[in-house]
Amino acid sequence: MLHEPAAKTGKDLAMGYKTRIGVRMFLLYAIIYVGFVTLNLIRPVLMEKTVLIGLNLAAVYGFGLIVLALALALIYNHLCTAMEKKLNKTTSAGRKGGNR
Amino acid sequence: MNIMSVSLFVLFVGMVLVLSFYFARRTRSASGYFAAGGNIHWSVNGIAFAGDYLSAASFLGICGMIATVGYDGFLYSIGYLAGWIVALFVVAEPMKRLGKYTFTDALDSRFNSKGIQLAAAISTLIVSIFYLIPQMVGAGVLVTPLLGLPHAAGVLIVGVIVIIIVATAGMTSTTYVQFLKGALLVVFSTILTVIVCNRGMTTRPDQGGAVPFYDYAVIDAADRGGELMPSDPAWRVLGSVEHAGNVFVKLFRDDKIMWCRKESGKQPGSVVLREIQAVVSRTDGTVLINGLPASPDNQLRQVGNLDAIQGKTGPQADTGPVGPFKFLNILSDPKTVIRTWKSDKFEDGPDQVTVYYPTTTTGNRIMRPGMKFKVEGTPIQRLDFISLMLALFLGTSALPHILIRYYTVPSAACARKSTIVAIAAIGFFYILTMYMGFGAMVNSVVNPADNNMSAPLLAKSFGTFLFSMISAIAFATVLGTVSGLIVAASGAVAHDIMDRFARINMNEKQKVYAGKMAAFAVGIIAIILGIIFKGVNVSFLVGLAFAVAASANLPSIIMLLFWKKTTAKGIVASITTGIVLSVGIIALSPTMYDLYGLDPKTAPIPFSNPGIFSIPASFLALIIVSLMTSKPSATLREVPK
Repeated sequence: MLHEPAAKTGKDLAMGYKTRIGVRMFLLYAIIYVGFVTLNLIRPVLMEKTVLIGLNLAAVYGFGLIVLALALALIYNHLCTAMEKKLNKTTSAGRKGGNR
Repeated sequence: MNIMSVSLFVLFVGMVLVLSFYFARRTRSASGYFAAGGNIHWSVNGIAFAGDYLSAASFLGICGMIATVGYDGFLYSIGYLAGWIVALFVVAEPMKRLGKYTFTDALDSRFNSKGIQLAAAISTLIVSIFYLIPQMVGAGVLVTPLLGLPHAAGVLIVGVIVIIIVATAGMTSTTYVQFLKGALLVVFSTILTVIVCNRGMTTRPDQGGAVPFYDYAVIDAADRGGELMPSDPAWRVLGSVEHAGNVFVKLFRDDKIMWCRKESGKQPGSVVLREIQAVVSRTDGTVLINGLPASPDNQLRQVGNLDAIQGKTGPQADTGPVGPFKFLNILSDPKTVIRTWKSDKFEDGPDQVTVYYPTTTTGNRIMRPGMKFKVEGTPIQRLDFISLMLALFLGTSALPHILIRYYTVPSAACARKSTIVAIAAIGFFYILTMYMGFGAMVNSVVNPADNNMSAPLLAKSFGTFLFSMISAIAFATVLGTVSGLIVAASGAVAHDIMDRFARINMNEKQKVYAGKMAAFAVGIIAIILGIIFKGVNVSFLVGLAFAVAASANLPSIIMLLFWKKTTAKGIVASITTGIVLSVGIIALSPTMYDLYGLDPKTAPIPFSNPGIFSIPASFLALIIVSLMTSKPSATLREVPK
């Protein structure tokens, strides 16, 4: 006997789309994160350079990674919600799987 | 101990316990105990995520690390937050769809494999215990200044309260404790940041007038063929010790011993002896701090200050209130000079001596990586840095106590939304760590022997109320995270091992009882480990937990979702490889050798962060074993969509 999932949800027609954009956004963020780590290793002195509103590159890049994470998360949610509404509106899964 | 601290502490603990007993009456089923019935609203779950995740490592550890090594501590903030991207884009919704109570359920959803059930449960236990240690250490650290109790008492208090929280209502009470604590932590950290900026910076910080700035003595001396002669004849040199490139000199005057560090004077060839702090442990068990017997009134002085602010010294250097950008701009200025403290240990005859001595660094160096992580060091040191950043990025989405929170919401969309709330709250908090950490660094509030208390001590410099409040929240922080960890560990024992792996026939009531007993046992283990690991930076320890989670769990999760040829045996091989390699490398690393009391240079493995090797190896093990064991029957069914 297999262990059943906690939530009894129907088929999510938007799943494929969500996975695709999720992976793309993950790769985008990963590239920028790798850039941060690489810059710290290859040109650490560059991180001392003041680049924006009196902040050095280390602070701007660090804060930027945090702000970017939230921005991408909001965009991802917007796209997912729109696609869920579009594809799942006729299914019971669409009715039950939304906001609570 | 003061009445306000004790009152707020008792109030917090009381609230937590009332909440737990209130929800206990509603918790009758295994679903209620392990997953809060799957009925938590996504917004509450999002803040509870923050409460769960912003552990002692974040609040105490990161702030403490920034306070002593600057920007390198902030790298933990960046890595911890970046990990949520993996959780949101790759893991959140599939984990919700596949699992029931534990992350093992999700991994095993296609296979019904005893191997996966056991391996994933063991992995959950190991990661949870690695993560529990720093939380308990943090509890001990907090209780000493808050209640005037020893470290072990703090660990014991947290252990007992958490066992009560988890054993009464499981995930429901844990969720609301985490929600409460997450919200309070973000609010009061914001307040602390605002008042730190409002205080501004000075070269002679005096904690708002409460603790006068201490001027350390600097004694001119002459070096005559290796014999040091202080210019003031009242000082007598009793001896000196050369250690790790420093010369520490023991001086005597007026029945008091003072340790100094030999430094070059301003004139070429001249020598000065700079007063430092010292803890001397004698063979008769007595301890001297700065030459006098240790007592509540004679402790190490708090340290950390600016020697120059953008090239200015003295009263004209005072900045007055500064904005958040100006605050960081001043600190990163090459003409700003920051005084931080290092420590060293050596033997002086039969006595054990630990000295704490100041070093100065310019702002541009302290506001970029390199103080702790040797990004310009040897290839091994740079590899260690890459390894840490990799583990932080990939570890979050593999932490069992984070993953189980996806089962407390009703749908996959709610799992996604709650992750976004978590990213907002956690990201905002991590930006604040920069201000709290650097605020501690320049306000003479850092305990040189243990930087974990830097943020609460910074709050103390603004008055007892804020200190009591921040400390009580920090204590609640520990409670919230430890509760989550114990629920995860309890689920691994009672649900994964007893119910699923061993097939012990239990009704709902018995399953809840088994979960409570498991929580009790894990709680006891956590108490013992929290006492043993006293004094280690908590963020460093959590970094290791991330490495184990990223190595043991993440490859299986990713491959299960994206590679159809993944087999049950492949997953077991991946988890086993990840655990053995990551724990093995950590156990044989220089850091652990230091903890064992051995010379770190003799450690067989020259680095401390295993992720760069153990994560790829875990992926590789899964791929090779899956290809070797791939049969039509092994991939039983598609992941539900």
